[in-house]
Amino acid sequence: MTRDVPPRASLRAAPPEGAERFGAARQRSSGIETARLTGAPMLAPKGRLAENVVHFVRVLRAAGLPVGPARTLAALEAVEAVGLANREDFRAALAAVLVSRHEQLPVFEMAFDLFWRNPKLLEKLIASLLPTVFGRGGEPAPEPELPARIAQAMLPPAQPDLPREDDDEIELDAAFTMSPREILQHKDFETMTVEELDSVRVLLRNLRLPLPELPIRRTTPSARGHRVDLRATMRRATGAAGSLSPLAWRRRQRRTPPLVVLCDISGSMDRYARMLLHFLHAITNDRDRVHVLLFGTRLTNITRHLKHRDVDVALARVTTAVSDWAGGTRIGACIEEFNRRWSRRLLGQNAIVLLISDGLDAEGGAGLAAQMERLHKSCRRLVWLNPLLRYDGFEARPAGIKAMLPHVDDFLPVHNLESLTQLAAALEQPHTRGRMGVPRVVH
Amino acid sequence: MSVSIPADVDAVLALLDGHDYVADRRLATSVFLALKMGRPLFLEGEAGVGKTEIAKVLSAALQRKLVRLQCYEGLDVASAVYEWNYPRQMIEIRLAESAGNVDRAALSHDIFTERFLLKRPLLEALAPDDGIAPVLLIDELDRTDEPFEAYLLEVLAEYQITVPELGPIRAATPPVVVITSNRTREIHDAIKRRCLYHWVGFPDALRELAIVRRKCPQAPESLARAIVAFTQRLRAMDLFKAPGIAETLDWAEALVALDRVALDPQTVADTAGVLLKYQDDIGALTPDVAARLVAEAQEEGIRL
Repeated sequence: MTRDVPPRASLRAAPPEGAERFGAARQRSSGIETARLTGAPMLAPKGRLAENVVHFVRVLRAAGLPVGPARTLAALEAVEAVGLANREDFRAALAAVLVSRHEQLPVFEMAFDLFWRNPKLLEKLIASLLPTVFGRGGEPAPEPELPARIAQAMLPPAQPDLPREDDDEIELDAAFTMSPREILQHKDFETMTVEELDSVRVLLRNLRLPLPELPIRRTTPSARGHRVDLRATMRRATGAAGSLSPLAWRRRQRRTPPLVVLCDISGSMDRYARMLLHFLHAITNDRDRVHVLLFGTRLTNITRHLKHRDVDVALARVTTAVSDWAGGTRIGACIEEFNRRWSRRLLGQNAIVLLISDGLDAEGGAGLAAQMERLHKSCRRLVWLNPLLRYDGFEARPAGIKAMLPHVDDFLPVHNLESLTQLAAALEQPHTRGRMGVPRVVH
Repeated sequence: MSVSIPADVDAVLALLDGHDYVADRRLATSVFLALKMGRPLFLEGEAGVGKTEIAKVLSAALQRKLVRLQCYEGLDVASAVYEWNYPRQMIEIRLAESAGNVDRAALSHDIFTERFLLKRPLLEALAPDDGIAPVLLIDELDRTDEPFEAYLLEVLAEYQITVPELGPIRAATPPVVVITSNRTREIHDAIKRRCLYHWVGFPDALRELAIVRRKCPQAPESLARAIVAFTQRLRAMDLFKAPGIAETLDWAEALVALDRVALDPQTVADTAGVLLKYQDDIGALTPDVAARLVAEAQEEGIRL
């Protein structure tokens, strides 16, 4: 065990001033933990290093890594075992203890660099992010293009008197305000803050999108099944030769059908795209057999990009993959491309299709009806989510909407978080195929 | 006895050709590598381009038995790998009982021996009765579900199947494995990684003509040329489902059956259902389009 900490290394590992200040701000909540950890008998009092490690763990926790106090102890132990002579060893020791999934590594790396390597950077960042709290007005530092999530994790918690989102009707327009700068070709998702992410995540955690389970051809042992399980019966019979042995039974298993999401990312849908991508990321990683395609002027399959468990990385990949953000809409052409290229690959095995679009077609709905009909006939259930449906006086007047409406089974709003909950409830209901031209509408 | 595997790609081409399969060089290379390296051959492509046919031809050319496993949703171990012969087991138990003195341990051991095992395709391919490693065709793997794919991993990687009551059964000589998929869903990467992947596309005009000549020799040469030129043009159209080679051959046979010696727009319209299987596609083949395609095909057919 390295009891003697080289002074040079400990200096390097000292926290930046800003962080220390913020550490003081958080002392109330964290003082106990720090005291307990640093006071643990097995750990030599290492003064600021232990405090810094504890602080670093808290930063990671705030950035979304599931690291509890046990990990903090383990981290201190690991640091003690490795020593501080070599920065890479130090980094590896912390990573080994604090990272438990590959997806968490990028977050850890960024947080590590920020916290341990470049005090100046953090100083600047804090100055730029919370000028009022620290009494420093003026220009935001242009340099550090760091994920807001990590930056925010290093800062004091938000003031409690900030407006909380506990109203029933949350207009997303208010909750997720967007600046005009974001109507760019490549969106900067990294400006999403911890609070925003958290509030969305908490909701998404409850949003499981419970699709009704369908019976499949596989069977499973069951006392109340309807098929004789001969294999199990024979096993029983050999154990009780001479007497009548009861039959073993099996029943059919049930399984949720595949889900295919077609999401419109054109200019008119732009305000919802960000929120919906988080939603799509959550449902893609929640279960297997979910496929997500985005369309504006072209169709892009982003399923593989969304598969990354870390939402930041996943969305960054989506941004690179998609080139028609906030452009025009060619719904007909995109649905046609889907029908031609993807429907046979994705719509097997009774898939349910979620079509997320406002139906405002730049091409006036040309050829749209036929393509929608084909799509409708290729899947088990076609659900159209339309943010325009939030208006009470909504009428299917635009040509695109008129062309699409007869070919969907359900027509639901998607303008706020509540409507997503509604969607889950609607999907849970047994499937009644909308009669031709009369979809089930939920306002 | 089985024929030894071909020594090089040309030998594979000749072998397939000898059994009326006109392969392109890339496919022949994949087949050669699959045979040489003992890896499964994963064939993906549109319906009707001759994926299944490769396995049949390989079986005939190598003089090995063809063991075919047709996949469907819910395919389970009992129908794909093995099943115990329950009626025989029951009779065995009854016999033991009537003889009295039932030694339960011995009995339960006896009825789970190979005598009571019914081999399904996968087990049959790994442990063939005649001892000669067969050609195993796993057809339309995309129709089954993920659990079966996962099961296949052990079979394809180790050529081994584990029957809990008997222990692992390993192939003395690995079978030649051909897997086909119509891509109605994506097969997991883990399966593909263990295989040699080949995308079977539509043939070019010359190869398709060779196939028509070979498979439908009763069609007059000029008609065969026109048919191939017409189908090639049809595939370039914006269709939901382009006709495969199987459709071309069906069409050639249909035209021969109708005693046609040349294409004309009316015949095309009457027999469109042989080539195209979607109403939208048949609708797109309007009389004007058909007439234009026929004219072009006649002209191009001569140059082929």
